[in-house]
Amino acid sequence: MIYFDKVSKLYNEGNSTALEEVTFQVAPKEFVSIVGHSGAGKTTLLKMLIAEDRPTHGQVFFESLDIHQIPKTKLPKYRRKIGTVFQDFKLLAHKTAFENIAFAMEANGRSDEEVAENVPQALALVDLDDKAWNFPDELSGGEKQRVAIARAIVNQPDIIIADEPTGNLDPIATYEVVQILKKINDLGTTVIMTTHNKGVIDELGRRVITMDEGRIVRDDSEGKYVL
Amino acid sequence: MWTGFKRMMKGGFVGFWRNAFVSMAAIFVMTVALFVVGSTMMVDKLLGVSLENIQDKVDINVYFVTTAAEPEIFRIQSMLEALPEVEEVTYTSREMALEQFSNRYQEDETIMRGLAELGDNPLGASLSIRAEQTSQYEGIDAFLREQKAAEDPQEPLIDEINYLRNKEAIDRLTSIISAVEKFSLAAMAILVLASVLITFNTIRLAIYTTRDEISVMRLVGASNSFIRGPFLLQGVMYGVIAGVLAILLLYPIVLSVGPQTEQFFQFNLFGYFVSDFTKIFFTLVGAGVALGIVSSLLAVARYLRI
Repeated sequence: MIYFDKVSKLYNEGNSTALEEVTFQVAPKEFVSIVGHSGAGKTTLLKMLIAEDRPTHGQVFFESLDIHQIPKTKLPKYRRKIGTVFQDFKLLAHKTAFENIAFAMEANGRSDEEVAENVPQALALVDLDDKAWNFPDELSGGEKQRVAIARAIVNQPDIIIADEPTGNLDPIATYEVVQILKKINDLGTTVIMTTHNKGVIDELGRRVITMDEGRIVRDDSEGKYVL
Repeated sequence: MWTGFKRMMKGGFVGFWRNAFVSMAAIFVMTVALFVVGSTMMVDKLLGVSLENIQDKVDINVYFVTTAAEPEIFRIQSMLEALPEVEEVTYTSREMALEQFSNRYQEDETIMRGLAELGDNPLGASLSIRAEQTSQYEGIDAFLREQKAAEDPQEPLIDEINYLRNKEAIDRLTSIISAVEKFSLAAMAILVLASVLITFNTIRLAIYTTRDEISVMRLVGASNSFIRGPFLLQGVMYGVIAGVLAILLLYPIVLSVGPQTEQFFQFNLFGYFVSDFTKIFFTLVGAGVALGIVSSLLAVARYLRI
């Protein structure tokens, strides 16, 4: 479903390497964790996937589509196939939880009826029915992240990309977020997550890709955190 | 299509309201800018009227000898009136000239006594000529000189043409008028440009505070036009509100200086404000809306680039 073909990313006119000949595949319905120290290239990898950044060499494919050949005007449509979750949540501060989720649907051109039906469902999935009309700064870190996840899944994307989703959360909120991601994966959505959290990886018991200095150093189908 | 429009309206209004402080700042700056534009329009009008008044006072006078026959004078008057550059020719007969003279020097006994001793009317008839434009007096003067040169020396008709005597004054006035016009035009252009740039910058700052939001919108797959819509609408709202405020601000000022301008320029600025209200309203609100749209478009475009 996703295929990275010898992807390299150089910054500073080639003086610093963020990614070096990275090659790997992700199959549909997989739950892949990418681990590594800060600066190992995890976030750069995800940026390639959502076409926020371009590789210096190599290609990234989504199904049979070369992501970096997509014309600018078609990018929004491509991004709607991917749900994204970030460490810093990236919610719209001037919109309520409901509106944040609804915005992703409206941007997608969904009808008002669909919005009215699907947003409460997504909120229920992340167990936040009672916080629908709160603004982000009235929510805890874990609740914000759950709103972000609800926003990511509401358009029924093919993949969820989560960049350090538990990085800012306490252990209980971390556990809840991982359980929700697992639930989403069980419902049939591919999940790619980067993390630092050993506990999360060991608990998941799914595929783990380990990165170091821009290269893939391990790829275990039922991996543990080994850095 | 309709859903998109509805969402743009809603997004614009909600964004405007929830960013009330930023919106107020933008509206305030824009109001000042539009007020400058409005005042510029008023000053420009006032300047134009006063220049017209000054130009109206410039004329050429032809004095005829006391023995000149009236039909001869009327012949010259109609010839002058036939010239395209002549706007108006006023005839003053010998009797009228004497009356004006006596009225003017009523108080001065020496002059009045001198006049009485003369017994006869010493004043000649005259024609006062007004041109369409000050630059055309030269041509009229040349025409009159030709007439004088063609006269029979035994029976002179024209005594004097005062153009040469007034020429220097007229020339100076003409150059002052054009200098004032150029200067005021430049000053207004600078003022308007400065206001536009300040407004542009304020709106850019207002949108700058939402740059993270714009990047999030892009990440959830919002198209550029979907992101731009609400900001455009906010720009339009700033423009309309600021335009109306600028007019409300202008109103009491024009109302209070109206009588003074009436006295000084023989032109009531308030009267102009009322009679040309539609034009002034649409100019200011239109300028505000255009300014809002252009600033919003340019500011958002910065953050839509990948």
